[in-house]
Amino acid sequence: MERSLTHIALFAALIAVLGLVPKIDLASGVPITAQSLGVMLCGTVLGARRGALAVGLFLLVTLAGLPLLAGGRGGLGVLASPTVGYLIGFPVAAFVAGLITRNWRAPVGLAATVGAAVGGIVVLNTMGIFGMSVMLEKSLSEAALLAAPYFIGDSLKAVLAGLVTQAIARARPEALLSRA
Amino acid sequence: MLTLTSSVEIWAHRLPAGAKLGALALGTVGLFALSSPLALGVAALAVLGLVASGGPRFLRESLLMLRPLWPFVLIVAVWHLVTGDISGGATVILRMGAAVAAANFATMTTRLAEMLAVIEALLSPLRLFGLAPRPMALALALVIRFIPVMLTRIEAISLAYRARSPRRAGWRILMPAALAALDDAEHVADALRARGGAG
Repeated sequence: MERSLTHIALFAALIAVLGLVPKIDLASGVPITAQSLGVMLCGTVLGARRGALAVGLFLLVTLAGLPLLAGGRGGLGVLASPTVGYLIGFPVAAFVAGLITRNWRAPVGLAATVGAAVGGIVVLNTMGIFGMSVMLEKSLSEAALLAAPYFIGDSLKAVLAGLVTQAIARARPEALLSRA
Repeated sequence: MLTLTSSVEIWAHRLPAGAKLGALALGTVGLFALSSPLALGVAALAVLGLVASGGPRFLRESLLMLRPLWPFVLIVAVWHLVTGDISGGATVILRMGAAVAAANFATMTTRLAEMLAVIEALLSPLRLFGLAPRPMALALALVIRFIPVMLTRIEAISLAYRARSPRRAGWRILMPAALAALDDAEHVADALRARGGAG
């Protein structure tokens, strides 16, 4: 009970901190914010249920008025902004990432990368694009154009999530709750 | 830690948080029910009046908080100028601006503790699904406490990296940061158990 609770809380804090650290510049100079990487890690490290709860907790603190979303956004206004689909998609993305990491008996690094990609790219962008299409009254394909520039960064994040998860499996095998 | 609550105290700070959130929910539903640019323009002016009632400094802060919307306003404006559907574009932009500004108003005039109390009350029905309110309140407090702790930790990790290498740490801080979060979680769990548990 206490272990679950503190893992959920500390990973919620990790998502927040990853959104606050200055942008990580990748070798190619593509700037990515690490926030959605934090969401992927919640799923691949903590597992589906705990990961989704950690992301949900992060969202609660943000909605309550802490400016923790990348770019210093927060408060209730984010629920009415065009990116609301991504926020609702965050816990779902972590859940799917955790589900795949747990149930696909591939080597953990591969399972986590694929899980992070399916959850953090496919599911997240589907919900995010749907949200933009509703809020901006545009068709789905038009909204998808707005999301397209981020796919390269997203794929790199999924690979990083896989690498970090694999490294944790090696350094703290007992702490990898998604495979426990 | 810095919250989005405005340091400029206005009359709305004194209203109960639950009432503000209830009014916001109703107002937002209303905004999405309207579809004529004229009606939405009137609604947007009303929100502007509400925000302006807090004085010039409060108004300036509120306008700054709308900054993340500008790229979307620009895209929608250009799109609708090109397609010629001006009233459609005005509808989207006015509704979005009014809804976000109204929500920001509630956030800016409510202290974090009050907002958390309302959220906890709203989530209490979740106990039917096994999410008890007390552990949830504890988890919220832990998150808020550990964000600055973890920021300091990540700064220390990247300083240590830069002491060893001429390059910036970049993504290499991810692994130690995630490990630190896992280790902290174990320690805090032990500390909680030693003090009688979380339940």
